[in-house]
Amino acid sequence: MVKINGRDRDVSGATLAEYLKTAGYDPVRIAVERNDEIVPKEDYGKITLMDGDIVEVVSFVGGG
Amino acid sequence: MTRALAARHGEREQKLLGRSTVAICGLGGLGSNVAVSLARAGVGTLILADFDKVELTNLNRQQYKISQIGRRKTDALEDNLYEIAPYVKLVTRDGRITADNAAELVRDADVVCEAFDRPEEKAMLVNAVLGAFPEKYLVAASGMAGLGDGNLIKARKITKRFILCGDETSDISDGTGIYASRVALCAASQAHAILRILTGSINN
Repeated sequence: MVKINGRDRDVSGATLAEYLKTAGYDPVRIAVERNDEIVPKEDYGKITLMDGDIVEVVSFVGGG
Repeated sequence: MTRALAARHGEREQKLLGRSTVAICGLGGLGSNVAVSLARAGVGTLILADFDKVELTNLNRQQYKISQIGRRKTDALEDNLYEIAPYVKLVTRDGRITADNAAELVRDADVVCEAFDRPEEKAMLVNAVLGAFPEKYLVAASGMAGLGDGNLIKARKITKRFILCGDETSDISDGTGIYASRVALCAASQAHAILRILTGSINN
């Protein structure tokens, strides 16, 4: 299981890009941390999610 | 001034704050309020970055005055802060922050405060700063529009060095307006998280 935003998801084997697409995230409004490291946008398609990964996807909203 | 602050904060905290540098990226509703709080707290150096000018519609939530409409936000805020806390060192940077110049802008900062208003720019800054400087602290904000419950404005630790303030949901594009009080709650949450980081209180 991959823990994404605190919840276990059965997505190991998928790339981060694939997960983000199915979950409906807009790639220009997000920041992704995987195991305490920021994932550069250009690597979203290269990272394969693995069991035990801890991922935080922050999706920003407007205002400030 | 140092004695006055130490009397309010404690000498140890004041020394730590006086040695610190915080970069505030965006000087609007969030950034101008964060700047005032950090200047009052006696943070040693503030890097203030924005490209924009003060407009009438800013005054419903931003720390500017009628007499400053039309002036650059960097200049106007510098004046306002100087009248509050003249010993804080202010480094102003006029111009747009981009993925290409963000790293250089924040290089000397101990903590970076993300205070933009557009979600794409928020994401850009977070990725640029944490990508270039994984050891820096970043305090970002998302979700403070409208008249929803103020208790939903929180500071959440995403990772050890990345803190997100706001309710993470209320978007200005929802059409519910944006109010000084709720923006200030979010800005205060950011400023407080920054002070906790600088004084080493954040892990307590």
